[in-house]
Amino acid sequence: MKSKIMQGGLLVAISLSPCTALAQGAVSSEWRWLTIVVFGAIIALTLLVTFIAAKRVSSASDYYAAGSGISGLQNGWAIAGDYLSAASFLGIAGLIALYGFDGFLYSVGFLVAFVTVLLVIAEPCRNIGKYTLSDILAFRNNPRTARVMGSLSIITVSIFYLTAQMVGGGLLVELIVGIDYTVSVIAVGVLMLVYVLFGGMLATTWVQIIKAVLLVIAAILLTILAWAPYGFSLPGLLDAVISDQKVLAQVVKLLGGAGNMNEAELGQLFLEPGLFLTRPLDLISLGLGLVLGTASLPHILMRFFTVPDAKQARKSVVWAMAIIGGFYVITLILGMSAAINVGALDIATFDEGGNMAAPLLAQHLGGGPDALLGNLLLAFVAAVAFATIVAVVAGLVLACSAAIAHDLYVNVFRGGHAEPAEQVRAARVATLIVGAIAITIGILAEGQNVAHLVGLAFAVAASANLPCLLLTLYWRRCNTGGIVAGILVGTLSAVALVMVSPNMTYPLIETADAQAVVDAGPATIKEIRADMAAAKSPGERKSLESQIAAVKDQVAAATADVKTYEGQTESMLGLRAPLFPLENPGIVSIPLGFLAVFLGSLLWRDRRAEEMWEETYVRQQTGILSSAGAAH
Amino acid sequence: MAATASNNNDPARNVDWSAIHADPKFQELHRKKKTLIVTLMIVSMIYYFLLPIGGGYFPGIFTVQVWGPVNVGILFALSQFVVAWIIAAVYAARGNGEFDRLAAEVRKNAERHGVMKPAAGESKRGAA
Repeated sequence: MKSKIMQGGLLVAISLSPCTALAQGAVSSEWRWLTIVVFGAIIALTLLVTFIAAKRVSSASDYYAAGSGISGLQNGWAIAGDYLSAASFLGIAGLIALYGFDGFLYSVGFLVAFVTVLLVIAEPCRNIGKYTLSDILAFRNNPRTARVMGSLSIITVSIFYLTAQMVGGGLLVELIVGIDYTVSVIAVGVLMLVYVLFGGMLATTWVQIIKAVLLVIAAILLTILAWAPYGFSLPGLLDAVISDQKVLAQVVKLLGGAGNMNEAELGQLFLEPGLFLTRPLDLISLGLGLVLGTASLPHILMRFFTVPDAKQARKSVVWAMAIIGGFYVITLILGMSAAINVGALDIATFDEGGNMAAPLLAQHLGGGPDALLGNLLLAFVAAVAFATIVAVVAGLVLACSAAIAHDLYVNVFRGGHAEPAEQVRAARVATLIVGAIAITIGILAEGQNVAHLVGLAFAVAASANLPCLLLTLYWRRCNTGGIVAGILVGTLSAVALVMVSPNMTYPLIETADAQAVVDAGPATIKEIRADMAAAKSPGERKSLESQIAAVKDQVAAATADVKTYEGQTESMLGLRAPLFPLENPGIVSIPLGFLAVFLGSLLWRDRRAEEMWEETYVRQQTGILSSAGAAH
Repeated sequence: MAATASNNNDPARNVDWSAIHADPKFQELHRKKKTLIVTLMIVSMIYYFLLPIGGGYFPGIFTVQVWGPVNVGILFALSQFVVAWIIAAVYAARGNGEFDRLAAEVRKNAERHGVMKPAAGESKRGAA
């Protein structure tokens, strides 16, 4: 994991780079008490819920699936809480603030992904699954083989995703509140372990619900504050965006010069495609990964086992789509408001990935860094961000430990013969192990850029899990051979393609890019100085001054980069340049995954899978004998 | 019982799954559901991928301004949300009504014709 992402990450992600200017966090020390109060209140609420839930956890079904007693509405909120990670909450608002229209494209994919979940995954999985994705793979295929494959893929996907969340989460808490990175990672990990170990899925569900409700409240509040001055008019807000000096400066910076465009044309470019995503094929590949990957992310899939039947599973997705979609629509307003109220430059000063756009917007809307309301709003958004990380990590750890305890230990190692008490004990031990691993990875990976791991998690899910799930549910001929081939080919091809993609660090390219920044520095500064001489208002002059400081910072960082890569010519795999041109492997690895399931099934003979077809199909469609043991 | 994984398949051995599979009501459920899901899936995929394809290969269309600074691209991106919600609503309406009713009939038929004994071990239900 020595790689460093460039040119905008796969999937938004948390591409934080701790910045020179403000290592102290966005909250100034005199307001630290307020942050602690808000954090304390939210943590106390979640611990109370855990305390209540802990009394109800007695069986494996309670621990993994909250006894299948969650309602569709509750589960819809919990899915939103599980899915809206810090990357999507802070990251997308940031991308819109920095890159305008292109940032908004991410929002769309994150919602449309749920159409796949609703139409082909949620109900059948509820009907024939129990606690994990492997339950579905094992249903008609060789149970041991299918479980080993399924849990391999669950563990791979969760660890990728978990690493990104832990590292990103630690940095976010450090950035916003100013607590040391290692302490942040341990705090996130320990709190999550308390929820999961004591309260199992029931506590995790309620933590996710609380977090989603807080997140929606925060988003609506900020939207009202930001949008009201424009009379809640979209053209009104966007008119202000395209004529804003900070936005114009950002567009010029992204284009590397104004060319011969006038201000109106430059401003309008912020609302048009092309500032961030310059390779359409990469965007299509990303879209495929999103739309097909979400449906088979282990922690999302697991949520459908918490409801009693297919009807509630369906309702869960519909509620989740309303909440998640509503949230992503208003990221447009939040991002655009951050672009004019805070400005790309200030956002990037804290964090180049743009993750600070929403927190800084909150502070600005409340009256700035010196106002009580400003700091209260900032503290609230920060606490929501913290709750977000903990809630997502809890879901991931639960999914990963279910694969280890339920699939590998109970069903493969013990052949399904384990007493209920032993099953719960195994689940808790697995949770503790996965939690410890997450904290360790989080601490060890400090400073590594892990942004591509989120994209990789989606890509593996879409290339390995989804073809296997879909075909074992809907294709009569699918069998164990197909599952083995699909998981292996899907996982390996997605990982291999990323290893030789532009996501990795290629010293020659890095050096050339850094050198270009160093070379362009003096000319850019000269240009800004010329503007400064012509500037009329002191405010404008001040903003130009900070631009010069930023350019100097960039040059200094680039000079350091040139030095870092001196003498190196090859990436960690010994490549001078990427072999695969795209950052997102989906467009190649997903078809490969499907092909592998087809070929593997056709080349393999598996009488059980064939004989079980009618049972599989009837049960996934009707819910007869579903593990939830509900009314039917 | 809920906790004992190996018992999962036991009651299933007492069921004549082929008979349920052959039930005309089940075939009706299968046919109607397949048609709807395939249609909605295709519509959703085509509509969604028009966004990256349009933005990447036909940016000229996206840049046409229609409402002050608001251009076709922004409206099209916003329309994606509406279309996803409509697809979800259409599917949920059919599912909550027709499909759930058909599935219940299939279950009732199965019990009446004795191809299925009601599940013996009622799972312990966790409260929430």
